[in-house]
Amino acid sequence: MPLKILVTAKRVEDSESKIKVNPAGTGIVLEGLKFKINPFDEIAIEEALRLTAKHGGEVVVVSIGGKEVVEQLRSPALAMGANRAIWVNHVGPMDQLGIAACLQKICEKEKPDLCILGKQAIDDDQGQVGSYLAEALGWSQATFASKEESLESEAEKSKAPAIKLSADGKSVTVVREVDGGLQTIEATLPAVATTELRLNQPRYASLPGIMKAKTKPLEEVTPASLGVDMTPHITVVKMTHPPARKAGIKVADVPALMDKLKNEARAI
Amino acid sequence: MNFALPDDIKALQESARKFAREVMRPKAAHYDEKSEFPKDIIRQAAELGLMNMTLPAAHGGNELPHLAQAVIAEELAWGCAGMATSMIANDLALLPIVLGATAEQKDKFLKPFTESFKLASFCLTEPGAGSDVAGMRTTARREGDFYVVNGQKQWITNGEYADQYTLFCTTDSTRKHKGIMCLVIEGRPKGLTVGKHENKMGQRASNTVTLTFEDVKVPVANRIGNEGEGFLLAMATLDNSRPLTAMFSVGIARAAMEHAIDYAKQRQQFGKPIAEFQAIQFMIADMAADIEASRLLTYKSAWLLDDGQRNTLVSSYAKRFAADMAMKATTDAVQIYGGYGYSREYPVEKLMRDAKLIQIYEGTSQVQRLVIARELLKG
Repeated sequence: MPLKILVTAKRVEDSESKIKVNPAGTGIVLEGLKFKINPFDEIAIEEALRLTAKHGGEVVVVSIGGKEVVEQLRSPALAMGANRAIWVNHVGPMDQLGIAACLQKICEKEKPDLCILGKQAIDDDQGQVGSYLAEALGWSQATFASKEESLESEAEKSKAPAIKLSADGKSVTVVREVDGGLQTIEATLPAVATTELRLNQPRYASLPGIMKAKTKPLEEVTPASLGVDMTPHITVVKMTHPPARKAGIKVADVPALMDKLKNEARAI
Repeated sequence: MNFALPDDIKALQESARKFAREVMRPKAAHYDEKSEFPKDIIRQAAELGLMNMTLPAAHGGNELPHLAQAVIAEELAWGCAGMATSMIANDLALLPIVLGATAEQKDKFLKPFTESFKLASFCLTEPGAGSDVAGMRTTARREGDFYVVNGQKQWITNGEYADQYTLFCTTDSTRKHKGIMCLVIEGRPKGLTVGKHENKMGQRASNTVTLTFEDVKVPVANRIGNEGEGFLLAMATLDNSRPLTAMFSVGIARAAMEHAIDYAKQRQQFGKPIAEFQAIQFMIADMAADIEASRLLTYKSAWLLDDGQRNTLVSSYAKRFAADMAMKATTDAVQIYGGYGYSREYPVEKLMRDAKLIQIYEGTSQVQRLVIARELLKG
């Protein structure tokens, strides 16, 4: 049974960039930063492509933001192999409820069998959108999708999807990462899954893929055209760097060290 | 005038950079030390389209603009110059076919490279003919529908693993460059012997061998262009590939500078990081300015080709300037590392060894100066 899968591609700060909080403490300094796709979303796209490679179907990728997010939609998302893109053109503040509402409206129109989202974005680490979306649609949800085999295993090398479609095409089996182990669940379709780091190793965007991505369909919509009010319910009040590490001290002898470990650090 | 790279070229750069960082870099020291051929990595690069970049779209290729090729070349060399040399070897070997072959020959000799993983070698240099290309002694004698080839080729990149060879040889060595022609050799015909892999100073991951031809029969149909046209074809090929080797210098030098900056910030002497000393700062400042100058000069030499203009002069500027620049930048990076830089435990001495080859292959820095002077003084 061919699957229609909706995936997301959030534009985030490159983790190799140096992140600085702005002087007002209200956000980060964007100047000079490099951006890339949220790595969890990249894993979601990879999983969707493996599923459609096996079962046929279509992968639609969505991103919300100003015109700069088209860059991530084209490459890597479309360049990796997604069939088409939807760009929700929105400049200005937004929160997870607004984002989930946009995705909900798109899902109601596109009617995918499965949505695969990163479990969180590496910029604000909210991790809410997948659950909000499943809730808003009334769909089953499978968070933290992972797999039993390692990323060095033969199963990974064969590019087999870790999310398994049932024979009747009515549900998917998802291995979830839970504290200290794995849990396998079956979720009826339509469903929302969110990806863990160990789900797969995303492919590289190939050069012919990047060339082809230039001409793949990209539809522009706006929150207004979707009927979504983006007024945030959450505002960031303050941002700070973690406290700097204090310099170490030198102790005179072993008894002094033992004393500090016992009474100050309480390590022993 | 616009110095911004187009979005699609930036996307290609990002993809090549990721591949260089995640696949090439972690294995660079291993293949350098063992001097083994990283065939799996080369295969992966081919599958991603980071090889065979020049092949025409009409024959199934990606036909990338020269500027895009140059941008990719910098990233590959940043990952490992030895691997990059082996990756770009296909383009070098296939360029004479792209530039000079009939449509039928292109289908036969180029298309297979777009369909599966194959390697090709460019065979020009000989034991006695390096910079003096016209002094080559490998001969081809016509016998009916075949040429019978005898001679030896030296420093042949990927020669041990190649599925196809682009050979330059002479029908009459007394006619010097007017006697040279180009033949395509498929597979390993009888009489072709592959010598041992050379134990090189740098770029040790690239495979380098001698080839010996003893009465090797090559169909006349495998001749690219006419007899006597080989020299011009070889020179046109080098005009096309020179921006890529120049870009290798930029990639190597950028790697050296990044290492030097990281190390200078962390290495403490006289109670502070050595990055706070002007002697170190000036070396880094020179590296940065010279790298940028090399990159822009090379972009221009690639842009000229994309614009349909002859680039002999500017590509020689680029190759000469960039190759000498990389030698200096890597030598200074070793200097900044001090004793540690001289040790194989640290990454910069490899870059210095890798950079040296760029002053030598595909036209030495001296030959580039000759080309420049000739272009300027002619007429």
